[in-house]
Amino acid sequence: MTDMTYTIALMGNPNTGKSTLFNVLTGLRQHTGNWPGKTVTHAEGEFTYRGATYRLVDLPGTYSLYSNSADEEVARDFLLFERPDMTIVVVDATALERNLNLALQVLEMTGRVIVAVNLIDEAKKKGIHINTKKLAAKLGVPVVPISARNREGIDALLDTVDAMAHGRINTTPLSIQYSPDIERGIAKLLPLVKDIMGDTYPARWIALRLLDGDASLLQALKQPPQLLIKEGNAYACCGSVKSV
Amino acid sequence: MAQGKRCRLSDMKPGDRFRIEKVDVPDPMLKRRLLDLGFVPGGEVKVGPRSPLGDPTAYRVCGTTIALRKEESDYIYGEKIRHD
Repeated sequence: MTDMTYTIALMGNPNTGKSTLFNVLTGLRQHTGNWPGKTVTHAEGEFTYRGATYRLVDLPGTYSLYSNSADEEVARDFLLFERPDMTIVVVDATALERNLNLALQVLEMTGRVIVAVNLIDEAKKKGIHINTKKLAAKLGVPVVPISARNREGIDALLDTVDAMAHGRINTTPLSIQYSPDIERGIAKLLPLVKDIMGDTYPARWIALRLLDGDASLLQALKQPPQLLIKEGNAYACCGSVKSV
Repeated sequence: MAQGKRCRLSDMKPGDRFRIEKVDVPDPMLKRRLLDLGFVPGGEVKVGPRSPLGDPTAYRVCGTTIALRKEESDYIYGEKIRHD
């Protein structure tokens, strides 16, 4: 158990405090560079908690995974091809409606998700109360309220990470039901996708992307991007990393 | 739709509040992008300031300010709710 290294992807909309959380968790143990072939900043760091080592990858802040900007492709490809042990989706407590769009998209790809509701102090100031228990029940994954800049809720988040890493949390990710037409399309494609791709990839999600005619995904599946071979590896000390 | 009530987001003036009825974009990627940014049917938009040259315009939607060019806001249809 002490030798295990788990990979955690960190996702979220721009300006949700994702990188603040990243810095709080990894401290000085981080380095930055670019994703291969893309001018998208890549930051990853490490931390240990209860004897386990975690590799934390700060993915670019995005509103979605489907608009096919370079940022979104990097985030999507990482989830798809790197298959991190878990994904922390950072959402802004003051703009949940907007932020849950990405969270739901991630839940369609993987169930190993923890939702960190950040800026909870800011929300309180604005009179917004977030019922995290109810949200967790609806989403089917753990939801932890935090304030990264005040270091509130970080212990609870780490406990949840620890519990998920060691298989003590069973998630039942919310699966969005689409219109009958789309569901019929998915049902038709599902066995074919499973035949070709096996269990490596989230079949329902791939079927949905195919129905959507996502050309960029097809390209990525044909030629999986080389991940983690960083170009022009620059070392940066300290919390100067800011990906927007 | 019925009698000229429905208008484009691009026709709104700073300070107007607008309810989105339809996002009707020929380019599916742009449509996806607008939806992802929070311009969804039923959603409310507050029109913010316009840039000095008249384009783009800032819009407050789902708790965030997003700037759109006229060629994007042209595709967002709905009605004016009121002017603040």
